[in-house]
Amino acid sequence: MAYQVNQATTTNELQRLAPWLAGLPIAAALWVLTYAHLTEIADLAIGALGLTRATHLGETVHFFLYDTPKVLLLLTGIVFVMGVIQTFFAPERTRALLAGRRLGVGNAMAASLGIVTPFCSCSAVPLFIGFLSAGVPLGITFSFLIAAPMVNEVALALLLGLFGWKVALLYLGMGLLVAIVAGLIIGELKMERHLEDWVRAIHMGEATAAPGEDLSWPERLQAGLKHVREIVGRVWPYVLIGIALGAAIHGYVPQDFMAAFMGRDVWWAVPAAVVLGVPMYTNAAGIIPIVEALIGKGAALGTTLAFMMSVIALSAPEMLILRKVLKWPLIATFIGVVATGILLVGYVFNLVL
Amino acid sequence: MKNVKILGTGCRNCQTTLSLVEEVARAQGVPIELEKVDLIQDIMSYRIMATPGVVIDGEVVHSGGVPDRKKVEGWFAAAR
Repeated sequence: MAYQVNQATTTNELQRLAPWLAGLPIAAALWVLTYAHLTEIADLAIGALGLTRATHLGETVHFFLYDTPKVLLLLTGIVFVMGVIQTFFAPERTRALLAGRRLGVGNAMAASLGIVTPFCSCSAVPLFIGFLSAGVPLGITFSFLIAAPMVNEVALALLLGLFGWKVALLYLGMGLLVAIVAGLIIGELKMERHLEDWVRAIHMGEATAAPGEDLSWPERLQAGLKHVREIVGRVWPYVLIGIALGAAIHGYVPQDFMAAFMGRDVWWAVPAAVVLGVPMYTNAAGIIPIVEALIGKGAALGTTLAFMMSVIALSAPEMLILRKVLKWPLIATFIGVVATGILLVGYVFNLVL
Repeated sequence: MKNVKILGTGCRNCQTTLSLVEEVARAQGVPIELEKVDLIQDIMSYRIMATPGVVIDGEVVHSGGVPDRKKVEGWFAAAR
């Protein structure tokens, strides 16, 4: 009897999987086909509008029509895959993986898990307390908290689309490095006493695991789609505005205009970019297209990436949320360590590229 | 009367969850008493690790992200 029930659910699952097995390859094929012909499509489109790339307006429109579908395609693809991957890493599981780890390996694991664990910025505090109370060391918890927002899928998709895989990979590596090293330093400083008292008093033991963690494949794929609707649905206007502004800069701003104050020879540009980034609270989506256009006009990549990391990892509103659980010395250390890391990344990028 | 608590510090996802629960309960004609728990100390006493969370009659039924509509319907379908 039990066997029959089991078999029935398996058939049911297969039936639900069937549309995915048919739909995914078709969607993937369309995706690849479009992606391979972006330039032709943009050429055709401006031709139809009666423009040529020789004019400022034509170049601007072409830039927009080429970059928009490219970025949106990459964004949709990457966000879908991440949405599926994230179903394997509930915060409860990540916590179990990290509990009792030692500094070092633990920090590297935490930073990597920070990328694949589903996490919204307003969950920072519950997650933070959940980790600590289950015996995840403070430094390792910080590695997670720094990596999670900084190395996000939207930033990666945009960097990949606008700068190529080398820059995207470098950003990923540098983001992980900052998170790992910053966590190690905070761990070594033994700052547990600078947690708010009520936080230290909580020993929550096992977290309540949300029911239904065992998902089937159709459910995981469904979660991927939902993730696309949520993330792409939220950021696409910023991407469009960003690309439009970027296109205008690309078409109209004279060559080397930015070199004077954001070029690589300007030593104070990196720290200035980091400081400017702190009060800003925005997502990567709107900034990166503008950044790309600025770089085309002579701004240095390291400087602009430092600005981006600072905007995302060191935002003032997030500090206010963290203030509920951390005392000032710990917050100051956190800001100091992460800012130093970002500064180094900025200079390294400027040197290397 | 079911007591429903939405745990969350007031971010967008928490608002969406709140209105979703309210809407589904009304659509199904289930009377509920809706409460917002937005103090972090209180939220943590439910031992969840990601917000928004949903508590029905003292039991955590969901945490992390906006719940599926179907899931929400399931909570109230059982009540009738």
